[in-house]
Amino acid sequence: MSEVPDSQHVLDDVVQREYQYGFSSDIEQELLEKGLSEDTVRFISAKKQEPEWMLEWRLEAFRTWQRMKEPTWPNVTYPVIDFQDIIYWAAPKKKEGPASLDEVDPELLATFEKLGIPLDEQKMLTGVAVDAVLDSVSVKTTFQEALKKVGVIFCPMSEAIQEHPDLVRRYLGSVVPVGDNFYAALNSAVFSDGSFVYIPKGVRCPMELSTYFRINARNTGQFERTLIIADEGSYVSYLEGCTAPQRDENQLHAAVVELVAHQDAEIKYSTVQNWYPGDAEGKGGIYNFVTKRGICEGARSKISWTQVETGSAVTWKYPSCVLKGDHSIGEFYSVAVTNHYQQADTGTKMIHIGKNTRSRIVSKGISAGRSQNSYRGLVRMNATATNGWNYSQCDSLLIGDQCGAHTFPYLETANSTATVEHEATTSKIGEDMLFYCNQRGIDTEAAVALIVNGYARDVINQLPMEFAVEAQKLLAISLEGSVG
Amino acid sequence: MTPILEITNLHASIDGTEILKGINLTIQPGEVHAVMGPNGSGKSTLASVLAGREEYTVTEGTVVFHGHDLLDMSPEDRAREGLFLAFQYPVEIPGVSTANFLKSAVNAQRAHRGLSPLEPAEFLALMKERMALVEMNPAFLQRSLNEGFSGGEKKRNEIFQMAMLEPTLAILDETDSGLDIDALRIVANGVNAQRTPHNGMIVITHYQRLLNYIVPDVVHVLWNGRIVRTGGKDLALTLEERGYDWIKTESSVEA
Repeated sequence: MSEVPDSQHVLDDVVQREYQYGFSSDIEQELLEKGLSEDTVRFISAKKQEPEWMLEWRLEAFRTWQRMKEPTWPNVTYPVIDFQDIIYWAAPKKKEGPASLDEVDPELLATFEKLGIPLDEQKMLTGVAVDAVLDSVSVKTTFQEALKKVGVIFCPMSEAIQEHPDLVRRYLGSVVPVGDNFYAALNSAVFSDGSFVYIPKGVRCPMELSTYFRINARNTGQFERTLIIADEGSYVSYLEGCTAPQRDENQLHAAVVELVAHQDAEIKYSTVQNWYPGDAEGKGGIYNFVTKRGICEGARSKISWTQVETGSAVTWKYPSCVLKGDHSIGEFYSVAVTNHYQQADTGTKMIHIGKNTRSRIVSKGISAGRSQNSYRGLVRMNATATNGWNYSQCDSLLIGDQCGAHTFPYLETANSTATVEHEATTSKIGEDMLFYCNQRGIDTEAAVALIVNGYARDVINQLPMEFAVEAQKLLAISLEGSVG
Repeated sequence: MTPILEITNLHASIDGTEILKGINLTIQPGEVHAVMGPNGSGKSTLASVLAGREEYTVTEGTVVFHGHDLLDMSPEDRAREGLFLAFQYPVEIPGVSTANFLKSAVNAQRAHRGLSPLEPAEFLALMKERMALVEMNPAFLQRSLNEGFSGGEKKRNEIFQMAMLEPTLAILDETDSGLDIDALRIVANGVNAQRTPHNGMIVITHYQRLLNYIVPDVVHVLWNGRIVRTGGKDLALTLEERGYDWIKTESSVEA
């Protein structure tokens, strides 16, 4: 049967009731003092031994950021962030750069093992190359050699700046400009690392590429930068995962992801977001303010975003597609779960520029506890988007009666040949449904997981297999104790 | 012989209104009991109380199921101990295939009995075999549970689930409602195929019609929260002939 693994099996694996990634590791860290100024930017750039052009780029971003105001339009509330009270640089201490895995701090390896991300290539799942980012720096990128053989570049952003400056200068900030928004500007100024991917013409990347982000240090912000370029006729599937220790204070995560798909290229970008969401009383958790955007630059190119969002105290995130090439396709599949006091304002933007461009949005919000879950989406058909087509489906599922689900769709059409369809539903997990499951011997916890996974099936099915299993488990864990 | 079910002086109410007013009923292994009665007599309430629906409060009486206090058990434990309710209105669960739902149910019940989950191939074969009992097309396995099923298909699906779970006590709550004569025959055949000397059934219905196909050992007439008549299968025929008014009049006189 072609189904994703059944929920019962998944639940059997779920033993821990609490956020299971809440540990912190005792790794010797190099930390910068709290605070943000031009000096901070210069320090980071110097630490990375960056070329002058990169420093200038950062400084321009910093100056732009200083003139900007924090956005207040998202449907979320949180205390004012003191940007001077954050550490902008934290790195695991190391002597000289490790040449092999043997030289990496064993405690650090243990951390990733604990997260289920073995960096030892012998033990790895075949077919997934991993870039592991701990706090501000990339720790290890696996399978680099194998990828190099087919011309795929998959390396930490800091390395790309050194080794592939032409590509970085050409594309960095081309999709999300420095001044795009408050957090993108901040990221551009202080980003510390992230992943860089380049797939050459006509190459189908032979394995899934994956980046695993981990915030470990206290009081630090994480600002990673990811850039993926798929040259003509190429294909890549990229996975992103993330966790953070359980801490009482809130930590800021402001990432930028840029995707560029040239003619006939396809990028599939999947995220399972599991940052620490705060405790049941709403204390602590990550502020996840992220800008993700892709451009379908060439004709018949395709970008597909799939996200399963279960973590973070506050999320503000709209993975978007700019459909510039004729016949290009943008897709957005999302499951966003909020429980306890979590708040999420998430959705997408589909900007249709080219002719015969098509986009599809499937958003599934699940709210439980006292959480607030908003879908915010823009579909714009420019005057040039002849025969543009969009279909949006936005569903909300409520568990209990103290949570909220909100939908903010924005539809703008400047071309009369374009078609825009929007469907929205709101439903509740009813007593009848739970009782029916109970009567068949399925307990309430398992019933909720079963129902929620069914509800999210259209999105989960978009994920690569290993991630689909992970996502199902996460949905189950996130909603434990939400009924009864 | 230990009875499967022994209900003694069962009283139950919802929102302060008493619906069941002292039910006594004992089911021995191998027996099929029909519970008949007019609308509002408490038939479906009896089914709901036995299955453990929370809205109902048991105010008096005992129910012993295989020697255990049924009322002390959670709905899922009642199911795992072998109690099955074929719902009058089966729910739809979008996105959860019938196969996946059944796998969750069967394996939850197996786990309760200390058995390991069935292998996927074994499970699929078993599903196909049991579906045939109610002439269900295997294509239904991949469809979302009950979503877009016709009334008849939902009822067949209930009996298919029963065949998968092999309960020791099945309660069929108006399984005949909304069925045409062909579907009724198919469903009844599916039920009859599951009669054994070891299990018991409670068949709740308005009409005698179903009992032409599922022939009961005992027929009870429920009225106003009490069993007012108990007899053999002929009692159903008498009811069909004379209607419920006859019972109501006689019961009022006796009361």
